Amino acid sequence: MRVSFLYYEECPSHDLALERLRAVMAEERVADNVEVVKVETEEQARELRFVGSPTIRVDGQDIDPPDDSRYALTCRAYRLEDDRISPLPSRDMIRRALRSPAKSRPG
Amino acid sequence: MANLKPGDKAIPFELPGVDDRRHALADYADKEAVAVVFTCNHCPYARAWEDRLIYMQADYASRGVQLVAINANDARKYPDDSFPRMKERSEEKGFNFPYLYDESQEIARAYGAERTPEIFLFDKGGALRYHGTVDDNYDDPAAVKTHYFSDALEAVLDGSEPPTTETAPVGCTIKWK
Repeated sequence: MRVSFLYYEECPSHDLALERLRAVMAEERVADNVEVVKVETEEQARELRFVGSPTIRVDGQDIDPPDDSRYALTCRAYRLEDDRISPLPSRDMIRRALRSPAKSRPG
Repeated sequence: MANLKPGDKAIPFELPGVDDRRHALADYADKEAVAVVFTCNHCPYARAWEDRLIYMQADYASRGVQLVAINANDARKYPDDSFPRMKERSEEKGFNFPYLYDESQEIARAYGAERTPEIFLFDKGGALRYHGTVDDNYDDPAAVKTHYFSDALEAVLDGSEPPTTETAPVGCTIKWK
């Protein structure tokens, strides 16, 4: 399983998000081989199809595929299970992505 | 770094609001406390704390507290932060405080604001009593341990010194032109 973590340094949730990702991977007994990518320019954001920080991909698929794919150096909003907005993906969101085969996830 | 330190006087402003009226800081001179909150539409941190600010305005209105939200982001780079989108956001969320547009960014620069959200809390005399973040947990309101803003507000209303007068604002950077 290939897990990527992309972040923009000006969005302060990236440390917590990476910590959360690694914790859920450990709970799910997924080897911690996270590819961490620091996105630093708008050009890089477009090349990497980066819609905001933090972005987590499992086997190339976004754990929460965005409705609006505008690539930019920006902070990302996640809508949680209880409908709240957070700068962090939930543990369940990460867990579901790690458990579901890539082919079953929309891109 | 903010340009205001605890004890400094509020910087006056007059800006257009989503209600199509102009709002001046002086309009709230009779309030016991005024919190100027630099915020915006698009930032997930601002959105994560938005409901808490709405509840605070509702809870504290009867005690003479007024929140004033200001968006200074460059809408050309972040279209979600345009004035029309601010009106939509205010309507959608039922903002119970003025939401003002600092299109020239002059006020944000004068205050030295850097993030959204970022709070400047002034007492009745217009002196800065607290500057910084809302509380210590943007992700989960139920897990907040320290309510910096409401603790400061209680102190100001009580005529005492806030337990914390300054914290680092946590959020997106203001999008300068």
